[in-house]
Amino acid sequence: MKSRCSRRLREDEVEFLTEQPIDVAALMAAVQAPARGGIAVFVGAVRNHQAGRDVLRLHYSAYRPMAEAECARIMTEAEAKWDVAVAVAHRVGRLEVGDTAVAVVAASAHREEAFAACRYLIEQIKRRVPIWKQEFYADGSVSWVDPSTGAEHTEAGPRLQHA
Amino acid sequence: MVTAVASEISVRVLLFASYAEGLGFDSIDLSLASPATVGAVLERLRALPGGDRLPQRPLCALNLAHVGPEATLATGDEVAVLPPLAGG
Repeated sequence: MKSRCSRRLREDEVEFLTEQPIDVAALMAAVQAPARGGIAVFVGAVRNHQAGRDVLRLHYSAYRPMAEAECARIMTEAEAKWDVAVAVAHRVGRLEVGDTAVAVVAASAHREEAFAACRYLIEQIKRRVPIWKQEFYADGSVSWVDPSTGAEHTEAGPRLQHA
Repeated sequence: MVTAVASEISVRVLLFASYAEGLGFDSIDLSLASPATVGAVLERLRALPGGDRLPQRPLCALNLAHVGPEATLATGDEVAVLPPLAGG
């Protein structure tokens, strides 16, 4: 019962990746239930600066089939670790400053599990899901963002490595 | 006449984002001597124009899951070489 909403979302209703603006309220509605009194939401929005440069807009691209598969694995992991229902969405294509790029929702009976699952989802998405970001700057230049160079602020820690 | 032919496998290799730009293509079919690994795919890519831009240990995926360079390949596999991930 606990994961019914997210399973339905994953398989039948929405994909993780979307070209359309992300509807955070719809994601919340998908996981809300009378028994789930704690709902944690993380929203990542497009920032107007990066390493001291003015960012005008972004373009996200993805290895779509793997992104969907990896996201489904991450959601399953979260549901196994905590008693939560989860919903996630990541935008691809052209985004403007302030647009929602990613949204993660975790609903549980209490806030501890909701916060923990929400944090897990966003960190694992940043670490494991094959999505790339191209930044377009005010000076006309364009570059691919490499979080490992330190130019990108991230709380995700070290990126995935295979030694 | 029967000739001994070393067995080969064929795989599809996908490149993305900066790697696709660096090598000038986003998909290539490769034939490799069996047994072959993801590492062998990387060596073949490095020999191509622009292949020197690949890092020593890029992220790789095999059939939609992360793997290391030691992962072994079979005909029909899809190998992806992934630039640093930047979602979120």
